[in-house]
Amino acid sequence: MTVLKVRPPAVTPAARTEAGTNRGERLSALAQQHGALVALVLLAAVASLSFDSFATGDNIENMALSSAFLAIVALGMTFVIITGGIDLSVGSVFVLGGVLAAWGSRHGTLVALLLPLAGCGLIGLVNGVLIARTRMAPFIVTLASMLAARGVMLNITDEGATTYLVDKNSLFIRLGQDELLGIGIPVWITVVLFVAGAVVLRRTRFGQHVYAVGGNEDAAALMGAPVARTKIIVYTLSGLLAGLAGALNAAWLASGVTILGFGMELDAIAAVVIGGTLLTGGLGFISGSLVGVLLLKVIQNIINQVGSLDSAYQQVVSGGFLVLVVIAQTWLGRRQQVI
Amino acid sequence: MSAPAEVLAVRGLTKRFPGVLALDDVTFTVRPGEVHALVGENGAGKSTLIKVLTGVYQPDQGELRYRGEPAVFGTPLRAQQAGISTIYQEVNLVPLMSVARNLYLGREPRTRLGLIDFGRMHREAERVLGDYGVRVDVRQPLRHLGVGAQQMVALARAVSVNARVVIMDEPTSSLEPREVETLFGVIRRLREQDIAVVYVSHRMEELYAVCDTVTVLRDGRHVHTGPLAETDRLTLVSLMLGRPLGEVGRQTTATPAGDHDGEPVLHAEGLTRPHQLRDVSLRIHPGEVLGLGGLLGSGRSETAKAIAGALPVTGGSVTVAGISVRTGSTPAAIRAGISLLPEDRKAEGIVPGLSVRENIALAALPRLSRFGLVHEARVDAVVETFMKRLRIKASSPHQKVGELSGGNQQKVLLARWLAMHPKVLLLDDPTRGIDVGAKAEVQKLIDELAEQGLGVLLISSDVEELISGSDRVVVLKDGAVVAELSGDDVTEDRLMRAIAAPTTAPDDTSPTIPTSPTSAEEAAVHGH
Repeated sequence: MTVLKVRPPAVTPAARTEAGTNRGERLSALAQQHGALVALVLLAAVASLSFDSFATGDNIENMALSSAFLAIVALGMTFVIITGGIDLSVGSVFVLGGVLAAWGSRHGTLVALLLPLAGCGLIGLVNGVLIARTRMAPFIVTLASMLAARGVMLNITDEGATTYLVDKNSLFIRLGQDELLGIGIPVWITVVLFVAGAVVLRRTRFGQHVYAVGGNEDAAALMGAPVARTKIIVYTLSGLLAGLAGALNAAWLASGVTILGFGMELDAIAAVVIGGTLLTGGLGFISGSLVGVLLLKVIQNIINQVGSLDSAYQQVVSGGFLVLVVIAQTWLGRRQQVI
Repeated sequence: MSAPAEVLAVRGLTKRFPGVLALDDVTFTVRPGEVHALVGENGAGKSTLIKVLTGVYQPDQGELRYRGEPAVFGTPLRAQQAGISTIYQEVNLVPLMSVARNLYLGREPRTRLGLIDFGRMHREAERVLGDYGVRVDVRQPLRHLGVGAQQMVALARAVSVNARVVIMDEPTSSLEPREVETLFGVIRRLREQDIAVVYVSHRMEELYAVCDTVTVLRDGRHVHTGPLAETDRLTLVSLMLGRPLGEVGRQTTATPAGDHDGEPVLHAEGLTRPHQLRDVSLRIHPGEVLGLGGLLGSGRSETAKAIAGALPVTGGSVTVAGISVRTGSTPAAIRAGISLLPEDRKAEGIVPGLSVRENIALAALPRLSRFGLVHEARVDAVVETFMKRLRIKASSPHQKVGELSGGNQQKVLLARWLAMHPKVLLLDDPTRGIDVGAKAEVQKLIDELAEQGLGVLLISSDVEELISGSDRVVVLKDGAVVAELSGDDVTEDRLMRAIAAPTTAPDDTSPTIPTSPTSAEEAAVHGH
């Protein structure tokens, strides 16, 4: 007869209290959401104290107008990035939209508006369908359509040799150049689009699906979210908005410029990320993207104000800022997860 | 007895994967309001069965019936819409979204304008979760909740979408005792609502606390189904392990334990990690094979990983030949002479696209190089030595490891670690998935290595192998050492009794510090 030694297992330490709502974490969430806004306000304050010409009506209006087009592109990009994707085609699509609008303006305002929307929306739709149905990487699909859109644009403009002008007396040009209550129409359109975008993202089922797909695609599918449809819609939306921004830009400049706008996708991505949207998806804010765009434009404006600095430095500063934001996001994200 | 009709049933279910018969003619039925335990060891086929029930896999043969009708679920979503919900170990929700949004995703209450009515959604979410003992701010992101609370949200979601069957796959593996109690309360309520629960767990105490019926699977076959109350613990363990009770004696003449006095080559003391390890201590002497026994999920692999630095611990120490090793660092453990042969050799071990030679030399490269340049001749010498010594069957040292048989792959891994000249070898299920002949050879190798003075820790899901290959066996249960068998006690019978012995139930609420092993009362359990 032998005896087995049996040890009762030790009791685990007391249950950790419901993790979560401590102060540090709230602060880091706040920083994630509003860090860019704080930076924008500080930068604008410093700039208006340093440069007499910064806080003038003309300068502000100028910044607002030139921000409007990038902001509209960034709005679509925000949706795409929240689903965990990326859209590299928007720069080329923006240019194509402008050319289509200028070309179409000869056939009336309606054509000038609908042609770029249809063409660019179609590119977005193709992007979405390819990404959602064939499960190809968004990076590759939109890289391909970026090249394709550029090709179409070059074809229409005879390798860029022809620049279509918008008739000075058309109704279409007024969309870009008129003012309402002293503020340019493109700025109004941008504001309306952002309010609508925020409502759609926060208050509709589609918006919830956008977050769910980016936050955990498998779980979203298991919970009955239409993953493929959601992706198709966001890429179509991104193409539509880029086309609209291009068209408005053409109306503002009174011509379908073939060189401005390439590389805009990177500015849009930068603005979205600076605005607090996670590049990995699942978390983001419409308002943040607007702040991100304004921040980029203010940096640009300040560098222009400092006459001695080459305007090329704007890129360096924007790039540096982007790196800082991403580092901060990673750090904040880590803090929020360690609970 | 008027048994209610089955809500879910599979009969004659067979599922093959390339080279494996995962399920072989399995029958499994669940009645409404029944809590049905599904148990089995590694490779028993539990997860395959669950995946067939939830539409992840399609059966090769056999019939699936749901609520009396033949059913085919093409996707997990279909199964869920039909009323079969699964709560996975890894919570399947969206961590960045708010608690309430997770609960209502896809069926949010809306205002007349078609916009989401957050006020109502938050109120209802609070009420629903309150029923599950979760009282939190439902506006905060889900990830701010503890794992237990997250699981309750998943459960609440599952049940509120009209589930008829809820499948819980090891739901308690990361829960605190208090949370486990809440879960049991919920399960009992589901039972009253005539919802069937399939409960997968390795924790004997939990099975007996909530389950009505038990089904045991082993090696893809159905072994037993019956009322749990009529199946005692020992019978259940022996059914799971596939070893008859009362088998006496050991099959081999391993070295008597008495030979291993003196200083241990490995001394692990008080290894602790929340939810996984509780104060695990063990010693291995040079030349000794220490077996680590216990059911799946008892903390065997975790113990090996913790010793090898691959799993950070919150407490405890590791000493190799008297020198203390920094825990939580694989390089430190390797430098000290600890080598771990991981459980999943495909995922954690071999690089199939590289040659036998490259795979063997991989870990030892720093030792075989000078100024960052690899000394080719020395590599060749080492590779040749080990290919001969371990009898690795490959056409040449340059054959890709992916082309070798399972047994030879395992030997290549073994060679990789032996090339490091370890003092301690941790083997996590070294013969799993390799054919019988190779198995015997690996077992023989292990004995030879021990004879050469290595300390060996052996984990095996094959009880016979564990018993015949080990000099001593430490038995783990729920992450803690519950018994140690040595000398004549190293028998299958004793092992199973140690595993089946009821543990003193952990105190549910008291926030006490873990009991230290020295102050723990030693209970005595008599054999036979």
